Amino acid sequence: MTISREEVEHVAYLARLGLTDDEKEMLRDQLSSILDNMQILGELDTGAIPPTAHIIPLRNVMRADAVVPGLTHEEIMANAPEVEEGFFRILPVFEEDYER
Amino acid sequence: MNLHELTAHEAHDLLVARKISSVELTRAVLDRMSATEPTVHAYITTTPDLALDMAADADKRIAAGEGVTHLTGVPVAIKDNMCTVGVRTTCASRILENFVPPYDATVVRKLRSASAVFVGKTNLDEFAMGSSTENSAFFVTRNPHDIERVPGGSSGGSAAAVASHSAIAGIGSDTGGSVRLPASFCGVVGLKPTYGRVSRYGLVAFASSLDQIGPLTKDVTDCALVMNVIAGYDPSDSTSIDSPVPDYAASLVPDVRGLRVGVPREYLIEGMQPGVEKAIRDAIKRLQAMGAQIGEASLPHTRYALASYYIIAPAEASANLARYDGIKYGLSVRQASDMLDAYFKTREQGFGPEVKRRIMLGTYALSSGYYDAYYLKAEKVRTLIKRDFDEAFAKFDVLVAPTAPTVAFKIGERVADPLSMYLTDVFTLAVNQAGIPALVVPCGFAEGMPVGLQILGNTLSEETLLRVGYAFEQATRR
Repeated sequence: MTISREEVEHVAYLARLGLTDDEKEMLRDQLSSILDNMQILGELDTGAIPPTAHIIPLRNVMRADAVVPGLTHEEIMANAPEVEEGFFRILPVFEEDYER
Repeated sequence: MNLHELTAHEAHDLLVARKISSVELTRAVLDRMSATEPTVHAYITTTPDLALDMAADADKRIAAGEGVTHLTGVPVAIKDNMCTVGVRTTCASRILENFVPPYDATVVRKLRSASAVFVGKTNLDEFAMGSSTENSAFFVTRNPHDIERVPGGSSGGSAAAVASHSAIAGIGSDTGGSVRLPASFCGVVGLKPTYGRVSRYGLVAFASSLDQIGPLTKDVTDCALVMNVIAGYDPSDSTSIDSPVPDYAASLVPDVRGLRVGVPREYLIEGMQPGVEKAIRDAIKRLQAMGAQIGEASLPHTRYALASYYIIAPAEASANLARYDGIKYGLSVRQASDMLDAYFKTREQGFGPEVKRRIMLGTYALSSGYYDAYYLKAEKVRTLIKRDFDEAFAKFDVLVAPTAPTVAFKIGERVADPLSMYLTDVFTLAVNQAGIPALVVPCGFAEGMPVGLQILGNTLSEETLLRVGYAFEQATRR
């Protein structure tokens, strides 16, 4: 199992994860060898086996539709990197001048 | 009498008899911390002022005789991936280095209402990803038995704090062995409860279908007492189990006569350290001498558990860690051309190598074209692993096994090779995939380092595990 550098870059893009050139090279090697070890699962015939995502039988859990006290606006914003007029400030999402 | 050396139950007895105060006990623990921390480095954040305030409140509660629990006035260490209101919660990551939670994890809230005393937040592998606590973005925690060796991970800080007496009891979390491995390596007691027994609300998510909070304590009695405080249904955690919590202290009965104890043959393998194998085999003989019925068990899919774990856990992690985007909290790199560029740069600078590796592995396993071959396949293997345990527990009350193939290894020894590090968890990570509980109790030494016996039980069998652990501890106490 060999992962190409392009695959590393594609997966990093999906994960929105910046990597240095050295990290890309290291991860290419390491992911290849880790995925090699995953091939052992191919020994098992799991055609008739249902998957287990969770060991607790899954069901929707609803809370009562009632108003309960929550965090204040100040508490929510206290960890924000940048705040403007009480809102989270972010960088432009689109390249063009969206204020126009 | 060195107060910091007390167990929680010994401290409780002295506190309620008014022979010591919580402030005295807390000062003793804080003094001990000042002596041990320069070498052990168990804590990311210490909270001495908060601790003394909480101790004074606990003393008032004891004086009034109201709402006193077994942890009232007892200094505890909390792994730094559980939210503590007003005290920073870093997950040992640069990305959360300055994060101060606006709310308490449910476990923290329960400890607070039990009037436990918070002495600090302990080191871990970044986001609990690791087996040695070397993946902390800040520093490496040392094993108190030999500071050249790792304490195990990822709850290495809490285990090292308890083992070095800079806390009376500790709280950890276990996704693939992260309570049990450090318990074994540091010579303390550690319990990974049944999935859903302890609320995960406010535990920073790593792999949500596997994560579970558990105690790290000086003995089995303390483990039961901590469980009495932290276990239970929580409406804030939709995966918590809505069934009554027993009094775990009632299961501390030193009697294993007639108990059916299985030894899974796949867990005593070639390549184990001889001293570890001997300690485990001696422990099994001891249980037999105490009247347990020992038999051979088999968990035939054990050899696949590592591969399925290292697909499922990173897949869930890659989804959970998508939230670190530098907008609402945490590190935010703003020297960027646009928001997308800021995501890349924030996450590049905020995450360490192991976290990046797991995000990559998990994203790969979930990506289009690979989902069926990796993630779905691993979930099917997870079913087979669970069935192995179902069949074993039809024949046995508990299983006993080593916690790890070796004692604590040297710092730096496994850092360069991720696979050798992953193999450290080979005996612990099937338990999380099956959702069952497992208790680790010290069972001797090899190469001068502690060895932990792992006792595995069926879903919600914590009482049986505590009984076996307690009986074994009482029989082997020096």
